[in-house]
Amino acid sequence: MDNVDDGSVITRQGLQCLLDALAQRGYTVVGPTVRDQAIVYEELARIEALPAGWTDEQDGGLYRLKRRSDDALFGYAVGPHSWKRFLHPPKVSLWQATRNGDELRFVPARDEPPRYAFIGVRACELAAIGIQDRVLMGDEYADPHYRSRREQAFLVALNCSEAGGTCFCDSMNTGPDVKEGYDLVLTELLDGDNHLFLIRSGSEEGAEVLAELPREPATEAHQTAATAVVEKTRGQMGRSMPQTAIPALLMDNLEHPRWDEVADRCLSCSNCTMVCPTCFCTTVEDTSDLEGGTAERSRRWDSCFTSDFSYIHGGSVRNSTRSRYRQWMTHKLATWVDQFGTSGCVGCGRCITWCPVGIDITEEVHAIHDDVSSRDKE
Amino acid sequence: MISDDFMVPEPVRVLRKQQELETTWTLELEPGGAGRRPFLPGQFNMLYMFGVGEVPISLSGDAGQTETLIHTVRAVGPVSNKLAALKPMDAVGLRGPFGVGWPMTAGEGADLLIVAGGLGLAPLRPAIYHVLRHRERYGRVILLYGTRSPEDILYAGQLEEWNKRPDVEVHITVDHAGGDWLGKIGVVPSLVPSLDFDPEDTVAMVCGPEVMMRFTVNALRDAGVEDESIYLSMERNMKCALGHCGHCQFGSTFVCKDGPVLSFDRLRGLLSLKEF
Repeated sequence: MDNVDDGSVITRQGLQCLLDALAQRGYTVVGPTVRDQAIVYEELARIEALPAGWTDEQDGGLYRLKRRSDDALFGYAVGPHSWKRFLHPPKVSLWQATRNGDELRFVPARDEPPRYAFIGVRACELAAIGIQDRVLMGDEYADPHYRSRREQAFLVALNCSEAGGTCFCDSMNTGPDVKEGYDLVLTELLDGDNHLFLIRSGSEEGAEVLAELPREPATEAHQTAATAVVEKTRGQMGRSMPQTAIPALLMDNLEHPRWDEVADRCLSCSNCTMVCPTCFCTTVEDTSDLEGGTAERSRRWDSCFTSDFSYIHGGSVRNSTRSRYRQWMTHKLATWVDQFGTSGCVGCGRCITWCPVGIDITEEVHAIHDDVSSRDKE
Repeated sequence: MISDDFMVPEPVRVLRKQQELETTWTLELEPGGAGRRPFLPGQFNMLYMFGVGEVPISLSGDAGQTETLIHTVRAVGPVSNKLAALKPMDAVGLRGPFGVGWPMTAGEGADLLIVAGGLGLAPLRPAIYHVLRHRERYGRVILLYGTRSPEDILYAGQLEEWNKRPDVEVHITVDHAGGDWLGKIGVVPSLVPSLDFDPEDTVAMVCGPEVMMRFTVNALRDAGVEDESIYLSMERNMKCALGHCGHCQFGSTFVCKDGPVLSFDRLRGLLSLKEF
């Protein structure tokens, strides 16, 4: 058998062979494609569905697709979707209950999710999946719905060749280079008409799939080019998080006036939590048929920005936008570390891009940090 | 088919029901099937009413008896109103027991100061049963109970019996009362300063409305009780009880999984913070 771990290169056609090989193995292949003027994740069969020649312009509250001068297939940053929508879907049926006289029965929802293969999982997204793994299957209460999707998933990771205007993975130490947790990893190499992908395996199954693809061994020049791609991307980061002990900074400043300022701008719309690849909160919904014989419970994504979220009899714990924004950000960046041993933020920038008023989590941390530092100097 | 699915309830029947107060009932439920873990004082179950929803309800019975599961419910919302309207042989959905309970082991050898406000006596009753069952393991046992009026005193008969015991001290206070009330008037934290106890050798267990717990903690700290020896049973919105839905997250804890009973050193600085 070839030694596939030292890296190989494949062509665009080889990439099609990869999609075919995964489909052949029974995977539902999901990857980026253009839909409604955004790059989203959908089922793919052909590489023609990939966003060839597209890139994106991203800033606080701004997302626009633009043409590139080349035919890159992965020349953009992350869009509004994350892999969360496949592994931890927006809505899951949990069980059905039937009532017959005074007999009550519960039937768990039969859930046989597709075996997913994800194409183009970026380093920040791998980090996000790793975080959700800890949250949703890190203890005795492992969520069977998440686990059944996650354990079967095949991850084709991607070293980023383009950082977006709201990216800050470099300062969160989650990217832009992929380090672990993948089956295969690609780096897109574009040199004039020469369009190749450096590919490496990170698991036994990844190596098996790679062995099935038409490929050439990677040369030192390919490796050097791939390193250059990642380093160029690292230099393009649109944002950065302050390099300080953020948990202590926030928890020591829970009454900082900045929370009032951000609350004046925040619409409490919950967009940031919906696009966040690590936000995991859910609520449950109970429905029953009109005859009252069958009831169903489902689970759907929820957000700490809603009033219902913290409701206990008598009212909501967090009525003000100030308290909700503070809750979200202190959990994401501070208390998450106590709970799961890692920040809840991977620096993907989605919450900045998709905030309708362009609130920037890095700017908010900088504001508190700068104010505290300047006061410390006085 | 999903196994180990902690979100799926088990149907159990109501065996007995007793009215405690105007809007408060105690339900005795079937204990559930084999394999269900025995509960620890301070833990709670999720109770589901068909088609309406599910709420966390503390266990309020004696963990030493396994024939029934006892819950005391106040009718305040859509689910608890339905729970309160249940009749014997009606079925409910049961999940649990969940959470971390009272420090029954950590409290051994120490004096216990049990402070309850209103319905907060219900989650503490299993702790009291446990202490009385193993009375020799604990030092002095002092119970402070405060509620709105004499008509709102929960488990009044039991409080009277406990008060008759030479090895339990019971102090009751009410917010307001008519002229026929011969007991104390005032909020329960106000009982602490005049109490003769050894703060350094006391483990305090506190349950009641959050504002009552805040003032009680202040009184206990002023009296010299260590933060690590003050335990509170917290209440937050809960949907899953597994630490997955996020609703009960409070600082570095999920109240459902790390609590509901938490020592005050884990809540310091946060409990007094408005809207945290």
